[in-house]
Amino acid sequence: MVDIRIPIGLMFSIFGILITLFGLFTIDAGMYQKSLGMNVNIIMGLIMLAFGLIMLWFSRRKKKTNQN
Amino acid sequence: MKVELLWIDKLIMIIYFIFVLGIGWFLRRYMKNANAFLEAGRSMPAWVAGLAFISANLGALEVMGMCGSGAKYGMMTAHFYLIGAIPGIIFLAIFMMPFYYGSKARSVPEFLKLRYDEKTRGLNAILFAVMTILASGISMYALAILMEKVLGWDYNLCLWISALIVLAYTYLGGLSSAIYNEVIQFFIIVIGLMPLAFLALKDVGGWAGLKTHIAAVTPHPYAPDAFLSTWKYTGSTSANPMGVEWFGVFFGLGLVLAFGYWCTNFLIVQRAFAAESKTAARKVPLIGGLPKMFLPVLIIVPGIIALVLMNDPAKGFSLPTDPTNGRPIYDYTIIMLLKQYLPSGVLGLGITALLASFMSGMAGNVSAFNTVWTYDIYQSYIRKRTNNAEADDRHYLNVGRIATVAGVLLSIASAYIASKFGNIMDFLQTIFSMINAPLFAVIFLGMFWKRTTGHAAFIGLLAGFIIAVLHHGLTMPAGATTLFKGGWLGHVHTYPVEMAQNFWAAIIAFTISTSVTVGLSFVTKQTKAVDDLRGLVYSLTPHETDDRNIPWYKRPTGLAVIVGVIFIVLTILIW
Repeated sequence: MVDIRIPIGLMFSIFGILITLFGLFTIDAGMYQKSLGMNVNIIMGLIMLAFGLIMLWFSRRKKKTNQN
Repeated sequence: MKVELLWIDKLIMIIYFIFVLGIGWFLRRYMKNANAFLEAGRSMPAWVAGLAFISANLGALEVMGMCGSGAKYGMMTAHFYLIGAIPGIIFLAIFMMPFYYGSKARSVPEFLKLRYDEKTRGLNAILFAVMTILASGISMYALAILMEKVLGWDYNLCLWISALIVLAYTYLGGLSSAIYNEVIQFFIIVIGLMPLAFLALKDVGGWAGLKTHIAAVTPHPYAPDAFLSTWKYTGSTSANPMGVEWFGVFFGLGLVLAFGYWCTNFLIVQRAFAAESKTAARKVPLIGGLPKMFLPVLIIVPGIIALVLMNDPAKGFSLPTDPTNGRPIYDYTIIMLLKQYLPSGVLGLGITALLASFMSGMAGNVSAFNTVWTYDIYQSYIRKRTNNAEADDRHYLNVGRIATVAGVLLSIASAYIASKFGNIMDFLQTIFSMINAPLFAVIFLGMFWKRTTGHAAFIGLLAGFIIAVLHHGLTMPAGATTLFKGGWLGHVHTYPVEMAQNFWAAIIAFTISTSVTVGLSFVTKQTKAVDDLRGLVYSLTPHETDDRNIPWYKRPTGLAVIVGVIFIVLTILIW
């Protein structure tokens, strides 16, 4: 029907990019006191981007094996 | 206690909604017949259906309730993720799924019809339909009130929008859309709650820090590690914060309630029915069971940390209190923790995780409701039989769609009733959920004993249900202030806590149901011919053997061993 990994991969890649960028722009903001001084946006953003890309990569790999 | 959201938080929510609706939109062209719409065409890969299986279980009430329960009772809440889930899940996968899937039944009530008779199916179908509507109404109410109190959103707007989004994607893409979205929701819930668990643990100084902090706030007479133990203090009801003893946990929760819920609740089992093959269907519950065992880290541990925070004025953390009795409202634990630790950005993700958990639970209810309504009520009792299979199928597709709309509207109505008469709705839900234990007794006997007859099953089901309701009417938990908690018929026994009352209700209902069904099976006539029972009863069905050509860990039994071993190790680790 459709490979569910594509929408998952896309969505988390978008989340990852957005949140990482937001984290970079707010790097000096006081709001990270809440999160014990850690810029969790950059950390989680990169984790989500990696997860999204892995999902997309898996779906591409499967497509290739199906074609062969 | 308001949480301020920035544009980025709202943007994340909007992107999530777009994807959820987009999946429904994309799948709509595959919805050509009732089978595709209501059963996802039996085409789902095991891992997709497996994650949907656990996601449908991970509704908003589950996430909010279990986190709150962590703050209230500590690690003992993990019983619901280990003994209260895994044995039941393994049993479903290995022993029951071959009969469910092999019978080609489209729902649990339909299995009852194939194995027993029409009346047993009817009883179960009607009780189940009412229960799903109640459940989705109550969770919708809980979510909307939370969003109103904490985010300042309008209660009505929140209720209608979240319900209409669920309606849109289940209407467009049916069960496939519900399942695909449940997979997305699963990942959002896990990833969205990850930073919370991490930061909360870091704040109290890791696991070792949590141990010392929790020991300092553990009230007398509990042992210092009572809030971090599961089985250790279940020797007596007064030694552990949950107020239950090992017998009730092991038999009531582990054997009866868990098997009743995981093996017979169509909302859950339907995900496995949608799998692409019998082997895949057997793997579905096991794949769902794997992440289930680790969810306590994300849901319960933050709840326990909330208990530490509440007792430390320097942290400035508190739960809102109930104005009528001044006690903290534990359901707010998770959202107050999100507010405590997450800055904008990941905060939006955390709130989206809560919304996702709500939607997965609600879509699960709606997609189970429309199937049971269409096949077990409408097709069986309302529509006249015709001989045109093709026209019939198109007709049932439309009925399924209408049932989806009706299901959502009824849920909204029940949410409004819940906001006016919350106690009555909780009460009704408690009563209707009492069908699970007797239902498990009847299905279990049907699958493993060919002598079980339809009349016996029907009476057994009814008797177990009535006994459970009577038990609720005659007993009450200590300190109950309303008759909704029990004792509305009289007062025979007092349980230390409500949970013990539930465990015992399940044990008694299951025992009565089993004895009545067995007893009556000897004196009533078997109406089903042996040939009709083939594929439905263990002794009349060729036994399952796993395909030897796939590696052992990819076979259902191999997977079951892996899940079982992890279960035992985790149980010992948090003993």
